[in-house]
Amino acid sequence: MTAVSAPPRAARPGLGGTRARLAAMPRATRLGWAGVALGLVAFYIALPPIMLRTVIPSALLGVGALALGAAAIRGGAGRVGWGAVVAAVVGIAGAVAAVGSGEANLERVVVWSALAAAMLRYATPLLFAALGGVVSERAGVVNIGLEGMMLTGAFFGAWGADLTGTWLGGLAIGLGAGGVMGLLHAVFAVTLRADQIISGTAINFLALGLTGYLFIRLFGDEGTPNDLPEIPDIALPIGWIPFLGPALEQLNLMIWLGLILTAAISIYLFRTPQGLRLRSVGENPLAADTAGISPLRVRYGAVIASGALAAMGGVFLSIGFVHSFSQNMTIGKGFIGLAAVIFGRWKPGGALAAALLFGSSSALAQRLPVFSPSAATLFQALPYVLTLIAVAGLVGRSRPPKADGIPYER
Amino acid sequence: MSATGGGDGGQAPGTVASRLSGYLRGGGVLVPVITALLSFLVGGVVVLAAGSNPISTYRAVFEGSGLNWVFPWLSAEDRTLAALNLQQTLLLTAPFILAGLAVAFAFRAGLFNIGGQGQYLVGTIAAVWIGSSLGDLPALLHVVLAMLAACAAGALWGGIAGLLKATTGANEVISTIMLNWIAIWLGVWLFSVGGPLHSSDPAQESVPVSDDVEPGARLPVFWGDPELQGLHVGLFVAIGVLLVFWILLNRSVTGYEVRAVGFNPDAAEYGGINAGRTYVKVMLICGLFAGLAGALDVLGWQFRIATTDVQISQVGFYGIAVALLGRNTAVGTAVAALLFGGLINGTSVRNLDPTIFDPQLAVNLTLIIQGLIVLFVSAPVLITLLSPGRLVRRARGRPAPEGTA
Repeated sequence: MTAVSAPPRAARPGLGGTRARLAAMPRATRLGWAGVALGLVAFYIALPPIMLRTVIPSALLGVGALALGAAAIRGGAGRVGWGAVVAAVVGIAGAVAAVGSGEANLERVVVWSALAAAMLRYATPLLFAALGGVVSERAGVVNIGLEGMMLTGAFFGAWGADLTGTWLGGLAIGLGAGGVMGLLHAVFAVTLRADQIISGTAINFLALGLTGYLFIRLFGDEGTPNDLPEIPDIALPIGWIPFLGPALEQLNLMIWLGLILTAAISIYLFRTPQGLRLRSVGENPLAADTAGISPLRVRYGAVIASGALAAMGGVFLSIGFVHSFSQNMTIGKGFIGLAAVIFGRWKPGGALAAALLFGSSSALAQRLPVFSPSAATLFQALPYVLTLIAVAGLVGRSRPPKADGIPYER
Repeated sequence: MSATGGGDGGQAPGTVASRLSGYLRGGGVLVPVITALLSFLVGGVVVLAAGSNPISTYRAVFEGSGLNWVFPWLSAEDRTLAALNLQQTLLLTAPFILAGLAVAFAFRAGLFNIGGQGQYLVGTIAAVWIGSSLGDLPALLHVVLAMLAACAAGALWGGIAGLLKATTGANEVISTIMLNWIAIWLGVWLFSVGGPLHSSDPAQESVPVSDDVEPGARLPVFWGDPELQGLHVGLFVAIGVLLVFWILLNRSVTGYEVRAVGFNPDAAEYGGINAGRTYVKVMLICGLFAGLAGALDVLGWQFRIATTDVQISQVGFYGIAVALLGRNTAVGTAVAALLFGGLINGTSVRNLDPTIFDPQLAVNLTLIIQGLIVLFVSAPVLITLLSPGRLVRRARGRPAPEGTA
């Protein structure tokens, strides 16, 4: 998407020019997106607060979406067209399921503002890990070790908070520990020119062993204390705004920090000279070296930052969300973060979108047990299935930075 | 993760396996031995930091592994105990061999199969499903059928990654990681209360566990007491597969194709080998190995699966360390599997004396040593620096890269 030679302006439509982009779209593509929207509306009207207790309007809308999808495919916009077909099928099936289930259950599960808040809460650890992955991979270092770095942050965040008695101390120590894990990965991946995938795998094993070891050694069988300092929530006086108010009025500090960091990293990578340098190292380190940029220094910085970012997700998990530490408590969240990097096409904004999507599947999994506890479990697998489909290129090409994963040898 | 389109000064090999070729294809046992020793050394420092004596700890772990059984001077009493311990170690070694081969075989084709865990898990699921149903089958047929089902399930799981690689070029590292987690949640769903494979036993109504494997579908014990979890014949299955792996790789057309694609897929294509079809074939076989490992565990000694087993199992991941340390060779994989089997059994809560070293810590120490081994393997340069350079360079068959020192 962003070749080094292209001026930074190339990325501008992503932030401002939605209308211009819409106008530039071929007609078939626009039909396809309209189909996607129609399919989702078909589902939406069967849910609270509208909650039509009949399938007929949804079915009509779904058929419309199908027609738009077919038109889009005929017009040459196959990908979006098939997306519309899928949305139509999902919309009709969802509406049938919603109409078939009890009103009380629906009211309990589908509370949009609560779902949105839960989605943000579940997305935040994934977002931090994904941001770490974006920074590292943009500089050309694959970071499979995000999971381990996040786990490290979770443990040292809890330990630091207990030691210093403040959540700020926990955050600082957790960040530092994640940075050290990043440094370890950098020493192997950059200086020793190790295979990055294998050293990243090693980081995951090491972090699992090390945090488990220290947890038993320092906290014993009782686990982390109950009075662990917690990262505070931010209370905003916006409860009166419909939908957004109740969703956003009481969110943890780290959630806002994650959103701010997404914007900051996006600007850094695509709007500053330093960001351009970092990306150039990830695309063509030799050219960057020739231009007087030290690929080694840039990669060290990026991987250490990546560790600290992933650790931030872990700190949020242990002292912002769960309020305790347990062995292997990240259970795959770092890997979902890695998935979000790929799904979001190595962009901070894309990573945020992917994290929100994956977070919403966790939020739903949390609430669906009202209907069926076992089916809710399957929702946990959704991020991985979607990513599998994404790497197979079925929802648009995902292209990594050119020199991603290749050690630089001068 | 494709090769750079030029511009890079030296050669820029495209796959994990080709980048590690110096380490993985070089002859000699020196480098793996140094890698293991170094990891144990660092592990010893960790023990020391915890205030325990590393030498007596490692000694206790060694005795807990039962490997002292081979010493001729053991008293009869000690020998009985060592035999019991060794049975447990070998019980773990068998699936480690298979999980290691699942990684090693892929490596030879230039693929990095991180998905051994997922392939192992679907193997356990298939084995427990077939093993706990079809109760009226003859015993031998039943156990064979359950093992075949596990192989098929594992092969399917591996084959998905191979097929995606061959048809869309999807990176196998990412797809196998994703398939691991899909398998984990699939298992949790199947065995959870109300799940499709949840136990039909009323006593287990609220316990998320599968049905028990029928007695006829269990692997027979040939050494030790079946009541005390003696050693089952799965070890011979694993050794047999080791043999198959060696013949397949070194004495068959498929093996030639696999190695050719592993060295250089483009050159292999040019030579008339269909690289895509080779990827699918390799991943099918890898998945088969890992799935069979799952069958050995379920039909050999676990006999049932709880959702927690699905989540905490690490067998497939240990396979990565086993294959890397064993340099993807048949003999190396067997030795590395024995090492990890002994280490895990020796540090288990049952075998390690808490007055010497807390077993709960030791379990994590095993994970640390595993991580260190993989970390050191990832950087062949590091081992080259630390070992007598001349010897290693000769073992690698080519001069050390310039600017290494």
